[in-house]
Amino acid sequence: MQGRRSLRLIGHGLLQAGPILVMATFLVFALMHLVPGDLAFTLAGENATRERVEEIRSLYGLDRPVLVQYGSWLWKMLHGDLSVSLLSGEPVLTSILHRLPVTLLIVSAAMALSLLLGIPLGILASARPRSLIDSFVTTFASIGIALPSFWLAMILVSLLALTFQWFPVSGMVEPKVNLFDALYHAFLPAVALAASGVAEVARQTRSALMEVQSSQYVRTLVAKGLPASQIFWKHGLKNISVTLLTVTGLLFNRLLGGTVVIEAVFAISGMGSLVVGAATGKDYPVVQGVMLTMVLIVITINLVIEILYALLDPRVARQ
Amino acid sequence: MTAQSSKRSLWQRRHLRNFGLYVSAAYLIALLVLSVLAPWIAPYSPTHQDLGAVLMPPGPQHLLGADDLGRDVFSRLIFGAPLSLFGSILAVLVACAIGLPFGLIAGFSGGWIDAVISRTIDTMLSFPAIVLAIGVTGALGVGLINSMIAIGIVFSPTVARLVRGQTLIGREALYVDAGRCFGATNTRLVLRHILPNAVQPVIVQVTLLLATALLAEASLSFLGLGVQPPQPSWGAMLSRAYHYMEIEPSQMYAPGLAILMTALAFNTLGESLRVLLDPTMKNR
Repeated sequence: MQGRRSLRLIGHGLLQAGPILVMATFLVFALMHLVPGDLAFTLAGENATRERVEEIRSLYGLDRPVLVQYGSWLWKMLHGDLSVSLLSGEPVLTSILHRLPVTLLIVSAAMALSLLLGIPLGILASARPRSLIDSFVTTFASIGIALPSFWLAMILVSLLALTFQWFPVSGMVEPKVNLFDALYHAFLPAVALAASGVAEVARQTRSALMEVQSSQYVRTLVAKGLPASQIFWKHGLKNISVTLLTVTGLLFNRLLGGTVVIEAVFAISGMGSLVVGAATGKDYPVVQGVMLTMVLIVITINLVIEILYALLDPRVARQ
Repeated sequence: MTAQSSKRSLWQRRHLRNFGLYVSAAYLIALLVLSVLAPWIAPYSPTHQDLGAVLMPPGPQHLLGADDLGRDVFSRLIFGAPLSLFGSILAVLVACAIGLPFGLIAGFSGGWIDAVISRTIDTMLSFPAIVLAIGVTGALGVGLINSMIAIGIVFSPTVARLVRGQTLIGREALYVDAGRCFGATNTRLVLRHILPNAVQPVIVQVTLLLATALLAEASLSFLGLGVQPPQPSWGAMLSRAYHYMEIEPSQMYAPGLAILMTALAFNTLGESLRVLLDPTMKNR
């Protein structure tokens, strides 16, 4: 019964994710057509001969109708052919697969830090509203959200890496070579990235818990004489789990984007430095490849969260 | 808690919140004045090079020191204000120019039009914002205007989703039915009756978006995709300071602090406006 229900939920989630997936690929494809002027001319580079421009035009199929171009582009993507870099000539998929683990490691570490610090801070603040600790958490959250993460990264490098030399200034070790060393290198980038995450999680946990506390059913439980700790563990946390799940999904999307700038500060060759270099150098296939990979990751995470929602909250499943 | 002490704490809270509103509004007005008067206030031109002062630490001659080309950091900080503010405002204007009409159309028409617009909103929100902005900037070409248009495009689904929700509520309102009975056209209903009632949450969202846009502008300029040299935006200044961090770390503090304080002011203003414009939140 449970298995069939889960299968149905997964099927439902996939049905919802389908159109978004198709549209996302179309957006990534259409991006190239935002390039002002003749795309073939831009792709061929400066001082290209007329013959070279025409060659590029037929190579990329730019002389065909847009929908036909999209169809053949999508077909290639589905077969793992993300084209080659205009600058290095390396297959885009190879560059992405080479750099993805590093980026995912930093994002996961930042995510873990955000949840591990943010949730307890939010709980502490909501337990004593308008107390000193609540004011501290609220102020910290406001600053954390307004703080440019790359600036915090610079301060951390200057202080902890350059002055005290506790951490490496830049660079990264591949996780599959030495996971421990990779985590050591990922620590400062993850802390810089997690600052806004901790703030956001703490803020949302606090407001969700305060809302639960003022609800009718908690008032009933208090009236019935249930101890505060039991109300919190059995009813409070369970009811904010859906909020936390939503926050986790949104946060993952934000951290994945945020790592782009953080990688620049720590000179880490991950997905971020790949897309920035490609955007500056007009290497469109690489830009498209990175965007496609990132949006696929986000859509997958959202799908998982959608399914978890229904498993956690029976009201969602019934809808 | 006695009624009197509860009343007093409510009074205190309200004033504390208003205090935040006053301080952030005063800071932003001062920043705006500074932006306009920059050429008269700044001690040096933002591009003036004093080659004897290259990477000079803060001192009486250069209040916040001089950068790697001997340019006065304090002057560049002042001249950076109008660029950073202009960038954020442009991005939010673009977001509203795209998001408002699409949100209104989706919410008012419903059916397949709403379905298509809503799925497009969901799709755009699935991209990490800064990555989509980098992609669009890469396509349009680097520079402040293009990167801010890119950020505006990236923010437009946030505005559209909000306006759509408000329009859905407004569409069912009695006064809209009344307008329809009097023979008002759809355009008139949307522009004269639904839009004015949907505008309050949009104002709050726009203020909060200004902070996000400011941070995004700083990030893109830091990455070299936004403001191009020799123009001094705060993000671009941090990018220069980053390269000489080992020799003169003091240069990175002022621009970062300026970004932090301005983003904080926009956020505080937005949150205060949310409470001020929503009578149900006044007593919280």
